[in-house]
Amino acid sequence: MKKIQSLEDLKKFREQIIEEKRRKASAGKVELIVTLGSCGIAAGALDVLQAVKAQVKADHLDGAVVSETGCIGLCHHEPILEVVIGDQPKVTYGRVTVDAVKRIVREHVLDGKVVEDYVIDATPFPTI
Amino acid sequence: MKIIRSMVLVSADDESLARGAQDVFHAFLEEIDEFGLSDQITVTTIRDAGMHGEKPTVIVYPDAAVYGPVTVEDVHTIVEEHLHKGNIVPGLLAMMREMAPEIGWMRGRRGALPVQKRIVLERAGVVNPASIEDYILYDGYQALGKALTKMTPAEVIAEVEKSGLQGRGGAGFPTGRKWSFVAATPGSPKYVICNADESEPGTFKDRLIIEGDPFSIIEAMTIAGYAINAHEGFIYIRGEYPLAYKRIEHAIAEAEKHGMLGEHIFGTDFSFHIHPHAGAGAYICGEETALIESLEGKRGMPRARPPYPTTYGLYGKPTVVNNVETLASMPAIIRNGAMWYREVGSPKSTGTKVYTILGNVNFTGVIEAPMGITLREVIDIYGKGMKNDKALKLVQTGGSSGTIVPASLQDTPLDFDAFRNAGVSLGSGALLVCDEDTCVVDLAKVILRFFRNECCGKCTPCRIGTLRLYEIISQISEGRGSLDDFDLMQKISEAMSEVSNCGLGQTAATALRDILKYFRAEVEAHIVDHVCPTGVCPIKELAAVA
Repeated sequence: MKKIQSLEDLKKFREQIIEEKRRKASAGKVELIVTLGSCGIAAGALDVLQAVKAQVKADHLDGAVVSETGCIGLCHHEPILEVVIGDQPKVTYGRVTVDAVKRIVREHVLDGKVVEDYVIDATPFPTI
Repeated sequence: MKIIRSMVLVSADDESLARGAQDVFHAFLEEIDEFGLSDQITVTTIRDAGMHGEKPTVIVYPDAAVYGPVTVEDVHTIVEEHLHKGNIVPGLLAMMREMAPEIGWMRGRRGALPVQKRIVLERAGVVNPASIEDYILYDGYQALGKALTKMTPAEVIAEVEKSGLQGRGGAGFPTGRKWSFVAATPGSPKYVICNADESEPGTFKDRLIIEGDPFSIIEAMTIAGYAINAHEGFIYIRGEYPLAYKRIEHAIAEAEKHGMLGEHIFGTDFSFHIHPHAGAGAYICGEETALIESLEGKRGMPRARPPYPTTYGLYGKPTVVNNVETLASMPAIIRNGAMWYREVGSPKSTGTKVYTILGNVNFTGVIEAPMGITLREVIDIYGKGMKNDKALKLVQTGGSSGTIVPASLQDTPLDFDAFRNAGVSLGSGALLVCDEDTCVVDLAKVILRFFRNECCGKCTPCRIGTLRLYEIISQISEGRGSLDDFDLMQKISEAMSEVSNCGLGQTAATALRDILKYFRAEVEAHIVDHVCPTGVCPIKELAAVA
């Protein structure tokens, strides 16, 4: 990796990243994000992460990316699983169980139907 | 992320509901949708806006316009005129003079509350904390680049000073001034320390920031290093946060790989190194001088102050010690300028504050709100009301060393000045919400047991005081107290706050003092009648045995 030497370098590097993201989004790429803060892990997010990975493998979703992020501040809803399909808005699921993962992957990712039972308000803390 | 431009609050207490608040709520949803504004406006209910005879009440933020009584027919006008065109509808405003005192604060804040920006938690929970690409994608390292290539160290400090940023660790000392002290103090080398020993019970905001956005801390520390001419920084991470430690370690390695840390950052002559350090689980090490002692490999005991760390810090050298949240605000300030930051919050307490809400509310978690929000808003809007519809009894702000705010004071705006005037500490930002079933004696007992265990033992008032107070309150909770205990507790807590060496002893009895001030009758019931009004304390069994 070449080191970033100036603001110009940083800008170019950032544009590369944006380009990459855009390519993925327009390809209808599926991203499954598990929030892995300490609170999430305590609530069983690691099990959910394993289940998501296993389900993605079982259903041969080769294009799907399983990634992690930090706590989003909704500690009472943990474990949380976010699903982004292409450039569609992000869907946030709360209190996700290992069983729920199967449903979410099958119904939402494969059939395009959001699993309403687990959906939580993505902006539950309103920004005044 | 969706940017909410405006917010509509519909009162939903019994009276409002009887007068059709539910229909009004749905009418708002429909009309807002009709105008295509659903992405920019949220509609929420609050339990009681305190407007008697004007119900249902509708409050529109950020203008804090109070409409009432609102009927379904009025909704179209409010949405079209106010939310769509931006003009307050005078004909539908509730009579302000009849406004209940509990929302009197709104008048003062009319138009003052800006649209919220997430500053500290901008990226936490959005990006992959292990990926520097994600960080850069969300404007990471723009601030460092700007500071290193376009600003002098003095300009960086001036910008921070102008932003009005106050330390978020509890004391609220102006960060820019702290930096300028260290920059002006002769001595070399100088050090930057990030205090991530978040040991205050009930506070977990720093953990969330580090776990979710570790690069921002590293960037901010590098900026601080540049500003005060330091070349080494330390992050003192609480021992109970192994995940945070792992993520910081990883982030440091990534940043070094990309030339954002180490030698010749951004191709300039500036070099900066960061070393993570894990604490060993002592509450006292959150105190900055004890933290420095611990970092030097000594026992974590506070030093006598002055001299302050700004002149005599790590290894006797000038040192900046900043809290995680303070540092996390820094990149955005440098990137967007001080004036941008000043737009948020109240004039004297600028910016946002991250709070952790816990206790008897429906939604617990972490929020970032502008300085100056009130407890009532935090509980109703962010906490979604009290659990099981119980009544609010008190809120403890700022963790175990923080003050107790009784329900009657819940409309005090949460900012450093208003709180200081009300004799309340904003502290670390923990908001422990307690409902009517909480026994104040039991609460005091839990808090004092914590301090008895965490006292480092260096100075007498704290070592003896925390123990004696715990003994006395335990006796009261068992129904074996006497009325003389009030004077004794008062005396001990005064002595502790006046002559203790550090913040631990000075604040250990804060909660007890407030409990005796606001809830004396309840404590007396334990002593005189041998009754615990909430039925929490185990008095009956013991009384029967005696």
